[in-house]
Amino acid sequence: MSRPGFVLEVDRSTPPILFHHGEQFRLERLPAGRTRVIYPAEPLEPLINPVAAIRHALLNPLGDSAPLPALLRPGMRLTIAFDDISLPLPPMKRPDIRQRVIEQVLDMAAEAGVDDVHVIAALALHRRMTESELRHAIGDRVYDAFAPQGLLYNHDAEDPDNLSFLGTTDKGEEVEINKRAAESDLVVYVNINLVAMDGGWKSTATGLASYRSLRHHHNVETMRHSRSFMDRHHSELHSSNWRMGKVLRDSGVKVFQIETTMNNNVFGLDGPMSVLQKREWEWSARDRMSFLAMQKGLDRLSPKTRRQIFQSWKAPHAMTSVQAGEVEAVHDVTTSHVYEQHLVPVEGQTDILTMGLPYICPYNVNSVMNPILVMCLGLGYFFNLYRGKPIVREGGVVIMSHPTPWDFHPVHHPSYIDFFEQVLSETTDPLQIESKYEEQFANDEWYRHLYRTSYAYHGVHPFYMWYWGAHALQHLGQVIIVGGDTRAVRRLGFRPASTLHDALEMASDVVGRDASITHVHNPPILMADVS
Amino acid sequence: MNGAGVWQILWSPVASREDLVVKALQFERNLPRFAAASAAAKLKAGAGARVGPLRLRDVDPPDLPGDDWQYIKPRLAGICGSDLSTIDGHASRYFEPIVSFPFVPGHEVVADTAGSDGDDRVVLEPVLGCVSRGIDPVCPACARGDLGGCERIAFGELHAGLQSGFCCDTGGGWSTVMVAHESQLHSVPDGMSDHAAVMVEPTACGIHGALRAGVSSGDTVVVVGAGTLGLLTIAAVRRFTEAARLIAVAKHPQQRALARELGADVIVDPQETPRAVRRVTGSLALGDGDIVRLTGGADHVIDCVGSEQSLAQGLRIVRPGGRITMVGMPGQVHVDLTGLWQREVELVGAYAYGTETINNGERRRTFDLAFEMVQAADLGRLMSATYPLSRYRDAIVHAANAGPRGAVRVAFDMRAERERTRQ
Repeated sequence: MSRPGFVLEVDRSTPPILFHHGEQFRLERLPAGRTRVIYPAEPLEPLINPVAAIRHALLNPLGDSAPLPALLRPGMRLTIAFDDISLPLPPMKRPDIRQRVIEQVLDMAAEAGVDDVHVIAALALHRRMTESELRHAIGDRVYDAFAPQGLLYNHDAEDPDNLSFLGTTDKGEEVEINKRAAESDLVVYVNINLVAMDGGWKSTATGLASYRSLRHHHNVETMRHSRSFMDRHHSELHSSNWRMGKVLRDSGVKVFQIETTMNNNVFGLDGPMSVLQKREWEWSARDRMSFLAMQKGLDRLSPKTRRQIFQSWKAPHAMTSVQAGEVEAVHDVTTSHVYEQHLVPVEGQTDILTMGLPYICPYNVNSVMNPILVMCLGLGYFFNLYRGKPIVREGGVVIMSHPTPWDFHPVHHPSYIDFFEQVLSETTDPLQIESKYEEQFANDEWYRHLYRTSYAYHGVHPFYMWYWGAHALQHLGQVIIVGGDTRAVRRLGFRPASTLHDALEMASDVVGRDASITHVHNPPILMADVS
Repeated sequence: MNGAGVWQILWSPVASREDLVVKALQFERNLPRFAAASAAAKLKAGAGARVGPLRLRDVDPPDLPGDDWQYIKPRLAGICGSDLSTIDGHASRYFEPIVSFPFVPGHEVVADTAGSDGDDRVVLEPVLGCVSRGIDPVCPACARGDLGGCERIAFGELHAGLQSGFCCDTGGGWSTVMVAHESQLHSVPDGMSDHAAVMVEPTACGIHGALRAGVSSGDTVVVVGAGTLGLLTIAAVRRFTEAARLIAVAKHPQQRALARELGADVIVDPQETPRAVRRVTGSLALGDGDIVRLTGGADHVIDCVGSEQSLAQGLRIVRPGGRITMVGMPGQVHVDLTGLWQREVELVGAYAYGTETINNGERRRTFDLAFEMVQAADLGRLMSATYPLSRYRDAIVHAANAGPRGAVRVAFDMRAERERTRQ
């Protein structure tokens, strides 16, 4: 039985607390008497037999849906879409959940005599997946059966010949998705619900959509009215996707949704990284030794070597649930499983929120965590991992720990470089950025070329990263980054600090000297249920 | 020595001929020192002043080369990139036949004419063309008024020297006394400060560079470099052309701010240039995220740096059929010119000044345009620091590191030199 997450009140006996710091770590002694630390729940028990659980889900769908075999028939057009490289984090050990699910779907399709099958990575405006990434996600068997025939491919949101416009929502939002999916008799969507934001209608309405469609909910207005986007019922991002889902359904797109959840076992229950998901006062002498060895060893390595080490890490996450059938019914159950793992009750808001940002976010798998992604991870994801109210009060301070190097992966993030060099040098205001620059970047022919033919995120993607933090930017009084590249931090519009102590001093100018502090001990992921 | 002339410049009774002393920074032909300067400058820009052939000396005043010559007393004299290149041992051997040693550097000069002290100031137009050399008939370039293109800079009544400040007969601005031909002198209008006046010569260079580029209405222009010459070129492009978009490549915060004030639309760091030009022009690019070169690019690149890197950069960002104008003084560079060939890029030089054809078709002396522009754009503000001759080593180091130190133009100030009024 795993222990739930909880809130620790820091006192004089509390040991130094672990802060992730990119590909490094810091141990920070937090002020006693006014600090609390939110710990995530321990990993939930995994499904004992995931293969059987998947089969059970496919045969016993939720909501208004027939079992999958009943939806399959010879001569039909079947499209299997799946979540892309951004999920899960870190990438999981083989076999990936998507492989397990897709193999069973394909077995059933074969049994039903379905031979017109396309398998599509639903990457929206993310970068295309490489062959090795696709093989890792869906397995060699599926890859070798479909890729050589051109039946396994990455969605292309900029291919006008392979997009279908399906109509508009009652709010005037245009719905345009992958043509093959739109014209299929059945779309089977295979999802990994890492956080509560994932899944539901967002899978198809976002993952298979075009810029024309995405811009209706990936914008500043929507993000500022998503409080948070991890809480579907208070998220305008989700409301928009759900409206689009209705258009999909009304226009005849039939979706059989398969959603999975996974546990918090990011660093393993044993092994060299396991100490990272233990609570500090429970560290054994051996844990302390291995942590110190890891910390000192990493500090001596070059950033590039450190990155290679961490990016090669495959997490031992395990599946905790799988459900299939009608989108909304499935997603309700999925969300409850996600909350079971992530939600931690937290009483009241704090003046200062601290967070140690790890080496990875959804958009730098096998890549570089550039400064824009640092902002997105901290103010987009970590800040929004709440239900009820933000952990930090309005006008409060967020202190993030990350090296924030002025470093970009030119192949993956070409438009990010321009966004950082041009846009952020002029303004960091999301609304100004959106109105003045988004169209230029979205329609840039070179970015479009690189997105379609290389492995580049779409030209507009850095804007979305900035919008992801728009709610936090509006809410906060100050943002400080500890241990970051000073120039890069300033370019982001934040304040650099050398140490956490300095950062707390700087924060006291905004929230006073006796301000309350809350540290989110993430990863593994937690979501604060703030009362 | 022409004793009457010396009498004039000192304008007071001379006790004896031995008292006629001019303080000057003199540059000798001294190969070991030249090599030492070159080596020292590799470690620190401007270090050539400490170990190289430049020395502060008491020297005899130069003789007046002819009747149309006169003594002038420099008030301020700027330290130009070409001076720094010479002092730091980077200058090309190309110049050897067109300079004469020993020379006193300094060709950006505002001075007093003989007998005056601030009430009859002149700016020197330093090019030593046919007229100043007593050559008649003048060469075709001088006949056209294109003084910078003079074909006789090593001939006539003077020793070789493309400009005052590089000729052993004329002296130079880094001294208390030099000689100038009457055709070289431009009166400074009342109300124009010395700081503004000493900017006229480099401003003329910037104007000539901007006009030599041949910018058409609606063109995109990139000015590489935002030192004095770069900033003046930016101002000139804005004033004398109808460029639609002007991108300035500037390294340092002060340069960036001034580039913006003088008319640049977009200001970028050097390493950001290809991406910025691509964004502005909507060009495609070769390279998988990292830009190898643009497939389109800017109509014009005006290179005010003149280095191997800047020229290579220019070739990466200029459009096919575009033009690169070298305004900054280059030396020996190794650059792959395949792109110049394949993309039919024009590479032209822009040296000095003379007579320009401006937008309305009118022909004007570059210096006249420069006087107007210095006043209109308040370019005297680009003068950041002045030094007495005795602190020439500090001055050279400051000038060579002007950008990082937040400065633009550094000059010598002779107004308080004792030798200037010595009796």
